[in-house]
Formats: sequence, structure tokens, C-alpha cells
Amino acid sequence: MTEQTPAEQFEARIKRVQDAIALRVPDRVPVFGPYQKYPYTFAGIDMRTAMNDYAAARAACHAFQDHFQPDLDFGPVLAYPAAAMETLGYRAFRWPGHGLPDDAMYQYVEGEYMKAEEYDDFITDPSDFMLRTWAPRQFAGMDGFGKITPWRRFMWSGWMGLGPFASPEMRRTLELVVKAGEQMDEWFGSLGQYAAETEARGNPIAYAGWDWPPFDILGDTLRGTANILADMRRRPSKLHDALKVATRIFVEYGEGAAGSRLPLVWVWVHKATRDFMSDAQFKEFYWPYFREGLLALVEKGITPVVYWEADFESRLEHIVDVPKGKMIYHLSSTDPEKAYDVLGGTVCLMGNVPNIQLLGGTPDDVRATSKRLIDTLGRNGGYIMDSAFMLDEAKPENLKAMIDFTKEYGVYR
Amino acid sequence: MRDEFIAAVADMEEEEAIRLVRAMLDAGADPQDILDATKEALLLVGTRYEAKEYFLPELIIAGDLMKEVAALVKPKLVERAAGRATRGKVVIGTVEGDIHDIGKDIVIFMLDVNNFEVIDLGVDVPAAVFVDKVRETQPAVVGLSGFLTLAFDQMRATVDALAAAGLRNSVKIMIGGAIMDQSVADYVGADAYGSDAQAAVRLATGWTA
Repeated sequence: MTEQTPAEQFEARIKRVQDAIALRVPDRVPVFGPYQKYPYTFAGIDMRTAMNDYAAARAACHAFQDHFQPDLDFGPVLAYPAAAMETLGYRAFRWPGHGLPDDAMYQYVEGEYMKAEEYDDFITDPSDFMLRTWAPRQFAGMDGFGKITPWRRFMWSGWMGLGPFASPEMRRTLELVVKAGEQMDEWFGSLGQYAAETEARGNPIAYAGWDWPPFDILGDTLRGTANILADMRRRPSKLHDALKVATRIFVEYGEGAAGSRLPLVWVWVHKATRDFMSDAQFKEFYWPYFREGLLALVEKGITPVVYWEADFESRLEHIVDVPKGKMIYHLSSTDPEKAYDVLGGTVCLMGNVPNIQLLGGTPDDVRATSKRLIDTLGRNGGYIMDSAFMLDEAKPENLKAMIDFTKEYGVYR
Repeated sequence: MRDEFIAAVADMEEEEAIRLVRAMLDAGADPQDILDATKEALLLVGTRYEAKEYFLPELIIAGDLMKEVAALVKPKLVERAAGRATRGKVVIGTVEGDIHDIGKDIVIFMLDVNNFEVIDLGVDVPAAVFVDKVRETQPAVVGLSGFLTLAFDQMRATVDALAAAGLRNSVKIMIGGAIMDQSVADYVGADAYGSDAQAAVRLATGWTA
């Protein structure tokens, strides 16, 4: 085969992924997946550096992409900007230098950021609740927003209530959000630069947007896991009303990807799996709203990549009820054969080489797993090779074995 | 009233359960007996959890109920000199670098209900702290919790540190967390992996029988 130009490679990779999504047989099994910390470890920098030195983060991701050559590139998008997080006094995260060691992945700190008695505030005016109540709880630097008059009362004499903008708290908040805005511009500028650089080398960017299921929007960032799970029994009707609002937010989050060259929206699924809830609870509270949101995105030409973050074998019979050839389901630790029996021919499947094998196994182990996955899930197209969970730790030779083996053995002849 | 109370807790009727606790206390019931009844009810919850009739929401509500009942009853409880007999000690914590606690706390709740004395080291626990606590409290079982893949190597380092301190053979080690499985237990050198809170109880019970 003659060597492809970067532009040809770019197009071939997009087509390969689009064929897999549409359940057509591509030229070979595509291979790519999201990473968090891995490229930085690979390039010899710690997570703290990656979150603070954007040029170093870009160089690390380029080095990763050049060495491993997965079909799509994530780039440094998950190395969050420490500068803006520090400026805002982000309370809902710990990150290297802020409560975690220099080389740890940043982690979310759950809390009851919306109290049980505040459901109605969120349901009737979500933006007001987020601005005046939620933001000051999440960000020390957003205290001032708690002082202002609700914007919904701004008609007629409402503007006369601008006084709190002159308070010391609000002045400080405004200064900090302007500064954080500049810092975010710098970070997004770095991501844009990275995308242009890697696309010029023939690597399409793997994401056009991010999203979270309605139940997780409420559970992760507002009520907290324990509270939202108990709310299914304690206040089911409030939860239903809030889920309707969250479904709207879900669609808003994802729809910005419409019109992208490869409109993949990664949807991080947290509380749908295994023991988090019963099948009846999943059917009542989780799936209907999530499904409605997914279908709305599909309707706009977007491809949701549903990243189920644990074993979802118990949900297979529900989640198969989606349009054919329009989405990717990432398997995490779900049994691949059982998943294929139900979902094969409906959604493109992705995964699931165990991360523990990528860390503790040998290249031969990884090749054997990859072969089994291609033989099972990839036998008719509609499959993408990836690790079971996002990459933080792996032996380079094992990861290389997964990717190179897929490129050899995964060719459809 | 006692049976109704047990049924209310087991059926997740929170308000009814609390109403019955107050009524029993008003009627002069023995506070210790109310606590014993609560434990019976929570064991029923555990059985339903194991039967996949109940899931995390019900364990969370049961945990909240236990705290509420204890808050009502404990002030009236005459201190008893003799501590209750336990099945054994379990030292448990989320390994260093990982700050997740929901799964760990549910395991602790179920172990506690099943009469284990649990020493909770919290989250982000360095290997050296596990070593010190194991040396100090001499538990039968050590539980390592982790939610992130970074826990693979940190659990292994913790097991190695226990071995280096000469403590490995005096304890059984179990691991748990959403992304864990038997191959991770093998990698880190643990004795077993438990897929949920009830599995942790089963493992600990087996090792302390």
C-alpha cells in the first residue's frame, strides 16, 4: 500500500469511524479511546505540569499520538486548566497542588450543592438557581452572585435593584470571573491550536462535545449520589420535574456539536449501572429522560458516544431501544458477548480491553484479548477497539500491542 | 409495635418508622431493645439487597434511618459496661490518591450491621497509615477501596507495605470498587475481591468464623 498523505489519512480515518457507527463494514476495525493522564506519564511530565503548562501538555499529546497512532486524537482536553480553577476557588474539585499529589488525576468532590427543599427553585428558574445559589457554593470566587436580584424581576423597576453589583463581594466576583474568562480563553486557544496541528498531521479530533445524562446532571453536580438515589423514594415527583429540566439541559449541552466534521458527543454515564438502582427505578427515572435526550441529539445529526462507566449488563434490554446505526455504546466492563447478543446490529460497540491487563499483563495477553474482541464484536463491522476505562496507567508496549494488533488483524478482507 | 417498627424500616417507610420509635420510647420500651430491633430490620434490608430486590437507594435510606433511630434512642440508653461481642475487626480505607467514599461507606454500614468492629481510615489513605493501624489494632481483615485505575498500583503498594512490615500473614485483605475484579485482586496481591457490600460481609464472615 502506498503511503497516505496526511489529508488522505484524515479522510480515511473519519470514514472508518463513520462506517463503524453506521454498522457498515469499514476497511478495518477503528481503534481509539479517551485518555486522562496517560499521555503525560508517557511523555514524562506529571499531571500538575499538564494542568499548568499548556505547551507541555500539547507536546505530550502529540508525542502520544505520534507513537501510538490511534485513529482519532483527544488532545489535552482533559488536562483541565488549573489557573482558572484556582482563580475561581473551585470547591468541587481536588487537583494536583490543591489537595492531591502532583501526579494524581484531579477528582470531583461530591456535595449536596442543591438541598432537598430547593428542587422547586431549580425547576421553576434553573438559571437563577445556578447563578445565585449553586455557583457561590461551587466556587469561592462567585460569592457575589449570591447577593444580586433575580433577573426574572428585571422588567419595569427591576433594574433599580442593581445596588448589590457595587458591593465588595460582587466587585471581587466580577474581577475574578473576568480573570478566569481570560484564563479559559487561553486554555481553549491551546486546545484549538492543538486541534489544528494534529489535524494537519492527519489525525481527526475525537470529540465535538461533552454531555451527561439528565439523572447524572442532577446527581453529580446538584444533589450528590446518595441524595439523588434516596430521592427516587423520598420525593419522586419533584425528581421527575427536575429531570424534565435536566433533559433540556442535556440537549443544550450536546447540540453545539451539530455540523461538526465528526459530530461525536461523549456522554459520561455514572449512575445507570449495576447496583446504583433497581431495574424498575432505571426504567422510571433514568432511561426515559436519557433516551429522549439521545434521540433529540441523533435528530440533529449528532452521534452520541455513550460511555457507560461500569457494567451495564442488567440494562441491555432497555437500552437497545434506540435508532439503528446512530450511536456508539462504550462497554466498560460489560461482558462483550452478552452485550453483542442484545445490542449487535443496533449500536456500534466500543471497548473493552481490561485496564488491569494493559497495566499488569504482557503484549501477548493484550493481543489475545484484542483478538477475542475483534472475533466477537467486530465480526460484522460496528465495532471500535478501546480500553475498558479511560487510560491513566498502562505499559506502553501493551497499549502499542492493542493498537498495532487491531491494525493488522482487524482488517476486513 | 416492635414488629411494626421492623416492618416499617425494612419497607423503607421512614416517617412511620420514626413515629414508632417515639411511640415505643413514650411507652417505656427498653432503648437497647429498640436498637436490637433496628439491627434485625437492617439485616432484613441486607437480605433483600442480596436478593436484588433492594439496591443502593434502599441501603442509603436504611443507613439514614439507623442514624436517626440512634439519635433518638442513645440519650435514653443506660451505658452498659460490657461492650457487645463482635465478630472481628476490619480496618478499611480508600487508598492514597483516591478520594471516593460512597462505596466504602456502604460496605462499612453493612459490616457494622453484621456485628463487625470497623476502623474507618477514610479516603486518600497512605500505605504507611494502613500499616500503623493494622499494627495497632490487629484486625482480622483489611479492606482496600478504590474507584480509579490509579488504585491498582496503590493497592499493590499497600499490600506490599503490609508484607514488608511483617503483617501480611496476620490479615486477610479484600478489595472493592466499581472497576475492580478478581484479576485486579490477583495483581495487587489481595486475598479476594468483593463485588458489593454484601460480598464484603460474606468474605469477612468467612475469614472470622
